[in-house]
Amino acid sequence: MPTLGDYLLLSAVLFAIGTAGVFVRRNLITILLSIEIMLNAVNLTFVAFGRALGSADGQIIVFFVMTVAAAEAAVGLAIIIALFRHKESLNPDSFTMLRW
Amino acid sequence: MLLIPLLPFVGFLVNASFGRRASKASAGGVACGAMIGSFLVSVAEVWRLAAMEPEARAIAERVFTWFSSGDFTVAFTLRLDPLSAVMILVVTGIGSLIHIYSTAYMHDERDSEFARYFSYLNLFAAFMLVLVLGSNFLVLFVGWEGVGLCSYLLIGFWYQKKSASDAGKKAFIVNRIGDFGFVLGVLLAFVRFGTVDFQDIARATTALGPETAFGTLSMITLLLFVGATGKSAQIPLFVWLPDAMEGPTPVSALIHAATMVTAGVYMIGRNAALFSHAPLTLAIVAVIGTATALMAGTIGLVQNDIKRVLAYSTVSQLGYMFLAMGVGAYASGIFHLYTHAFFKALLFLGSGAVIHALAGEQDLRRMGGLKHDLPVTYWTFLIGALAIAGVPLLSGFFSKDEILFHTFASGHTLLWVVGLLTSLLTAIYMFRLVFLAFYGPRAEHLVRDTGHPAPSTQHPAPSTQHPAPNTQHPAAAHLHDAPRPMAIALIMLAVGSVVAGYVGRPQVLGGSDWFARFLEPSFSGTVAAEVAESAGLEGTLMLVSTVVAMSGIGLAVYFFLKHRDAADTVAARFAGFYRLLVHKYYVDEIYDATVVQPIRIVSEEGLWKIVDARVIDGTVNLVGGVVAGSSEELRRTQTGSVRAYAASLFLGVVLILGYYLWR
Repeated sequence: MPTLGDYLLLSAVLFAIGTAGVFVRRNLITILLSIEIMLNAVNLTFVAFGRALGSADGQIIVFFVMTVAAAEAAVGLAIIIALFRHKESLNPDSFTMLRW
Repeated sequence: MLLIPLLPFVGFLVNASFGRRASKASAGGVACGAMIGSFLVSVAEVWRLAAMEPEARAIAERVFTWFSSGDFTVAFTLRLDPLSAVMILVVTGIGSLIHIYSTAYMHDERDSEFARYFSYLNLFAAFMLVLVLGSNFLVLFVGWEGVGLCSYLLIGFWYQKKSASDAGKKAFIVNRIGDFGFVLGVLLAFVRFGTVDFQDIARATTALGPETAFGTLSMITLLLFVGATGKSAQIPLFVWLPDAMEGPTPVSALIHAATMVTAGVYMIGRNAALFSHAPLTLAIVAVIGTATALMAGTIGLVQNDIKRVLAYSTVSQLGYMFLAMGVGAYASGIFHLYTHAFFKALLFLGSGAVIHALAGEQDLRRMGGLKHDLPVTYWTFLIGALAIAGVPLLSGFFSKDEILFHTFASGHTLLWVVGLLTSLLTAIYMFRLVFLAFYGPRAEHLVRDTGHPAPSTQHPAPSTQHPAPNTQHPAAAHLHDAPRPMAIALIMLAVGSVVAGYVGRPQVLGGSDWFARFLEPSFSGTVAAEVAESAGLEGTLMLVSTVVAMSGIGLAVYFFLKHRDAADTVAARFAGFYRLLVHKYYVDEIYDATVVQPIRIVSEEGLWKIVDARVIDGTVNLVGGVVAGSSEELRRTQTGSVRAYAASLFLGVVLILGYYLWR
């Protein structure tokens, strides 16, 4: 039977993987996927705590997060499509016009 | 009673709002009507007052509560008592005559200017009435500042003339210095007594004994007196009054005779109880008054501008009033104020008639021989001069004599001698004025255009008319006596100058000194100086001052009528002193050097070029520069790379969390 610590460890690992993906990968879609991994790592934490403390709050928040994540994915993908039409590229480093 | 100041104020509002389009007749009519109405109401109120028991003579009318803070309440209350009764009759009575006179004097102005003039005049009277009717310091202060404002407006009436607007500013600023002292005095009185009501303060001081050393009461009264020196043109703040001659002549009459300059004397009279408990201040008041009287009298001796002579004469007479206040003869001071209002208004209006006749000429040296051409002006002016000189049985004689008597009787012999000397000077400079203006040869440039025999027609010199910026007369002077409204005012004032003194006829001359007894309730609570009331002494002193006045006139006859070269010889003999007098003791120059220039230099070099340009502007510019410079560097962190932003965000979160976890 895995303990709360095991779940938290897993979630921390998932979160680290997601973060690393965001920083390391050069493809906007992959970055978006990495963000989804980070979100789900957090979800896992919520659910684990919810179960450990015998409360439904953690699960409720997870539903919110999933809803927002769905919306985020829709908006994010739309932006990526718009960016791609603009520059014919998915590399985030080619979109640095908003600066000094 | 509210109607008394309200009527002129309504007149001001009407003329200020609609005067631009009104004809001269309607603008002048409104203004005169307001003043005369106010005069009639005043007479009715004073009549009501006089019908009361002598001890209970006071009518208070609470108009509204001005403000109230905690248990301190100030009401806008008008209070009529014998002292203010005298003042409102003088202000509205003389004021009405001056208004009537002005309708003729200002007739050459444009319609809108005419209405502007009358609106100021009405406002002036309204504020003066508030000043004398106010029952506490704050209401008095409203009027006090109001007349200061109006004096500025009226002195600078011909604002296109640089000297006139400068004179207006000077009057305003010098008054402001005095008012500063006045405000401090009022505040100190409030701190000391917790009230600003005259009655309460008088009651509170009566409970105290007179101060023997310099204490709070002395400080309060001294500060109030500073205010009075500004308003009533005493040393050291008298410099504005002679310059105030830049205004139209009726304004000078109004300022000098009925309003404004009497405010200081009135204020001391109103607070007689307070002042009498501060003997130290009283001594200062008396000395300053006497010094001012003497100084102004000597300056008046040599001035050549007809109005300036009168201005210095006013300063000198005001000095007398302060002398009276200083020796505790409050009723005498107010009495002199009241008689002075008649003859000084008369003299100013007379000089105005001369100036009017000569198309704006004010220089005495260019006058002369006007006696036959301006008979009304001449005779009334002569009466005024006799009255101010203190010739027996005219009003000035009674009042001036009373002051000198009280001065002598209260043991101030030195002040008495100086006062007597000033009285001599008064007679000399007034008759110098009369002789130079009305006697002697006609000044050459005045070409006669009528068939009268003229003494100087053998010199029909080309009319080198002195430029007359304030009138629109044709260049050739057309001599004419005072027009009807002016003549009416002059004659009524002349009658007043003759008979006004009889209400205060002293016992020695078979009178009962009714005036002083009428005023007595207003000065209750004063510490009476031990006066040796002796009829014999008073009679002797009267004789002395009569002789002095007569010899003054005699000297004037000798120097300015019979032997004009003698005057020049004397002037040449004492050239240094003469120059000192002509330059008015260099007071203006001294003030310029010691006050005006240092302030200018400090302001210009210190405040402007260093404090403002360097410190204040520098601070502002420095702040702006620092922000701009740091922004220049900081904006380089905005790379535009989203991943860099995300990285820094992540790093920041890690750092903060790490700090809290490993703390």
